[in-house]
Amino acid sequence: MNIIVMIKQVPDTSEVRISRETNTLIRDGVPSIINPYDMYAIEEAIRLREQHGGTVTAVTMGPPQATDALKHAVSMGVDNVVLLSDRAFAGADTWATSYALAKGIQKIGPFDLVIAGKQAIDGDTAQVGPETADMLGIPFVAYIRKIEKVEPGMMVVERLMDEGYDVVETTLPALITVVKEINQPRLPSLKGKMKAKNISVTTLTAVDLTADENKLGLKGSPTQVVKIFPPTPRGDREMLSGTIGEQLDTVAKKLKKQAII
Amino acid sequence: MDYMLTEEQIMIRDLARQVAEEKIVPVRAELDEQNKFPTDIMKAMGQADLMGLFIPEEYGGLGKKVLELCIAVEEISKACVGVSTSYAANALGTYPLLLYGTDEQKKKYLPDIATGKRLVAFGLTEANAGSDASGIQTTAKLDGNEYVLNGTKQWITNGIEAEIYTIVALTNRSKGPRGASAFVVEKGTPGFTFGKKENKMGIRASSTTELIFSDCRIPKENLIAKEGMGFIIAMKTLDSSRIGVGAQGVGVAQGAIDESIRFAKGRIQFGQPVTSFQAVQHILADMQTQTEAARALVYSVARAMDSGAKDFSRASAMAKLFATDTAMKVTTDAVQVMGGSGYMKEYPVEKMMRDAKILQIYEGTNQIQRNVIALDMIREVSRQK
Ligand SMILES: Cc1cc2nc3c(=O)[nH]c(=O)nc-3n(C[C@H](O)[C@H](O)[C@H](O)COP(=O)(O)OP(=O)(O)OC[C@H]3O[C@@H](n4cnc5c(N)ncnc54)[C@H](O)[C@@H]3O)c2cc1C
Ligand SMILES: Cc1cc2nc3c(=O)[nH]c(=O)nc-3n(C[C@H](O)[C@H](O)[C@H](O)COP(=O)(O)OP(=O)(O)OC[C@H]3O[C@@H](n4cnc5c(N)ncnc54)[C@H](O)[C@@H]3O)c2cc1C
Repeated sequence: MNIIVMIKQVPDTSEVRISRETNTLIRDGVPSIINPYDMYAIEEAIRLREQHGGTVTAVTMGPPQATDALKHAVSMGVDNVVLLSDRAFAGADTWATSYALAKGIQKIGPFDLVIAGKQAIDGDTAQVGPETADMLGIPFVAYIRKIEKVEPGMMVVERLMDEGYDVVETTLPALITVVKEINQPRLPSLKGKMKAKNISVTTLTAVDLTADENKLGLKGSPTQVVKIFPPTPRGDREMLSGTIGEQLDTVAKKLKKQAII
Repeated sequence: MDYMLTEEQIMIRDLARQVAEEKIVPVRAELDEQNKFPTDIMKAMGQADLMGLFIPEEYGGLGKKVLELCIAVEEISKACVGVSTSYAANALGTYPLLLYGTDEQKKKYLPDIATGKRLVAFGLTEANAGSDASGIQTTAKLDGNEYVLNGTKQWITNGIEAEIYTIVALTNRSKGPRGASAFVVEKGTPGFTFGKKENKMGIRASSTTELIFSDCRIPKENLIAKEGMGFIIAMKTLDSSRIGVGAQGVGVAQGAIDESIRFAKGRIQFGQPVTSFQAVQHILADMQTQTEAARALVYSVARAMDSGAKDFSRASAMAKLFATDTAMKVTTDAVQVMGGSGYMKEYPVEKMMRDAKILQIYEGTNQIQRNVIALDMIREVSRQK
C-alpha cells in the first residue's frame, strides 16, 4: 500500500500574531513544528504500512526550512520525503497550495491513499485536504477517527460527526483527513533519527511539477483577506431527548416561553 | 559541564529525555501510588529503539556501548527510577546471553529483546543468598536432554512482566560456587510459576516478584556457556551492569536538583525567595557539585569500559558506590530545600528520595562495593611488594 502524507510546518503556538499591514501571519522568532493534526496522519500512515506493507511518502509545500518537518517525519518512520519549494509558490492561499500539492502528488507516482490532518493550526481552514482531493479527481472523506478495513481498491472508515460517527465506504485511491481521536502519534526512533540526519530531501520546483504559473502562489490565489476577527461564540445549545413527538413539544414550549411563537 | 558527547550520544540523550518528559513524567506519580508496571512506557521505549541500544546490530540492536546506555538510563532516572529500574534490569538480564551466549542463543533471544517485544529478568538472589550469592539453593539436575530446576528466586525485577529469564542454579552442590550454572528459562515453561509480588518503599513502578521452579524442565540447550560457569557469568554480568546503577543515581540526583531549585526560587519567606539565603544556596551548590562529580566518574568509567579496559571491577564499584550515596544525600537535601512541600506527594522529590534508597542496596550493597574496592586496593599493594 503506497501512502502519501501531506504535512505542513506551522509555528509552535496557536497564538500566532498577525501583521496589520499585510493581514498575514508573522512567523519570525516562533519555533516551528509539524502541524499537530498532521502527526496523526503520519502515525496512521505508518501503522497502515506496518499492517499492509508498502511505503509512506511525506510531502510538504514550503520554504527550505520545511525540510526540518520532513526530517522529523523520517525520524518517526516515514520512508521518503518530498519538498515542494519555489519562489513561485509564495503567497499561496489554500487553493493555490492545493494545486501545487496535487501536482506534487501526481509527480510522486502511483498511490493508494493520501492522508492529511483535518486542518492546520495556523490557518484553521480545513480546505487544503478536500481541495487537493478535488484537483486529483479522487474521493475525499473528512474527519476520520478510525480506519476499519482496507482491502484492494476499497476502504471502510469512521467519520467523526458532532454527535456520533458515520461509517463510510470509499474506493481507493482516496484522500482522507484525520482527527486526533484516530491514534496516539509515536515518538521518533533512534534509527529514524539517524536516517533523518543523513537523508537528502528531494526538492521539486514549479518547473519540476510542470505547473501552470498562473495557478501558483499569490497569482493563483483567489482569496482576499479583508479582515481577521475572532468569530462570535456559538450560543448555548441544548440537546433534546425523548420521542420525536416529545421533542417537538419541548421545542414548541420553549419557543412559546420566549414569545417567538 | 561539557562531556564532549558525540552527535549520536546527544541524539540518544535527547530522545531518552523526550520519552521521559512526554511519557513518564505525566504518569509517574500514578504508577508510584498504584504500584503499576509501566507497560506502555516500555513499549514506547521499544518503538524508540531504546531497548536495543546495547545489543549488537547483527541481532537487531543499535550496537551502542556502555556510555550510551548510561546516558539513556540517566535521562529516564531523572523522571522515574521505577521505570529506569525496569529498563536497566532488562539489560542486566540480557548480559549473560550477550557475554556468554552461543550465536544460536543470541539469534533466538536478542532480536525480540532489542525491539522490546519481550522483557528479560535476571534471577540470582534467594531468601538465603543476598550479598552472599554463593548461598543459593536452587538446583538444576541434568535428566536426559533436559535440566530439571527446583527452588525459589526472590526479589526478581521484571519478575512477572518478563518473558525471558536468566537464572543461576546449582548443577553440582558438592562443588560449592564452582557448581553453579546459568540458564535461560522462558515464561510458560511447565513448573515455572510466580510467587509473592513485593510491596516496596520506592521504585513502585517496577515489579519485584518471586520465581518458583518446581520440577521445571528446560531443554539442555538453554544452558549458558558450560556447567560450573554460573558464578563467573553472574559476576561478569554484575560487573558490566553496575555502572548503570551509578547512572540511575546521577539521574535521580539531577532530577531532584532541577525540581528543588525551581521550587525554591519561587518560594518567598521573610520577603524574599528562599534561594537568596546563603544557607540554602550552599546546600544547592553541594548538591550540584556532588552530582557533577558522580556524573564525571560514571562517564569516565563507562568510557574506560567502552575502550576495552579489562579489569574494571574496582572502577565500576566506585562509580556505583559514589553515585548512589550521592543520590541518597542529594534527594534528601532536595526535600529539605523545599521544606514541607518537599515532603508532600504534590511534588516529586519525596518519591525521588524513596526511590534513591534502593540504589544503595541492589546489584551489590554499597558495603559490598566498599569490600570490592578495598580488597582490590590491598591486592594491588601486595603485588607491588
Ligand atoms: C527492589 C529490589 C530489586 C531486586 N532485583 C533483583 C534482581 O532483579 N535480580 C536479583 O538476582 N536480585 C535482585 N535483588 C536482590 C538484591 O541484589 C539484594 O537485595 C542485594 O544483593 C542485597 O542482598 P540482601 O538484600 O539479602 O541483603 P543482605 O545480604 O542480607 O545484607 C544485609 C546488610 O548486611 C550487609 N552485609 C552483608 N554482607 C556483608 C559483608 N560481607 N560485609 C559488609 N556488609 C555486609 C549489607 O550491606 C546490608 O547492609 C533485588 C532487591 C531489591 C530490594
Ligand atoms: C507533615 C507536616 C506537618 C506539619 N504540621 C504542622 C502543624 O501541626 N502546625 C503548624 O503550624 N505547621 C505544621 N507544619 C508546617 C511546618 O512547621 C513547616 O513546614 C516548616 O516550618 C517549614 O516551613 P515551610 O515548609 O514553609 O518551608 P520554607 O520556610 O518555605 O523553607 C524552605 C527552605 O528554605 C529554608 N529557609 C527558609 N527561611 C530561611 C532563612 N531565613 N534562612 C535559611 N534558610 C531558610 C528552609 O530551611 C527550607 O530548607 C507541618 C508540616 C509538615 C510537612
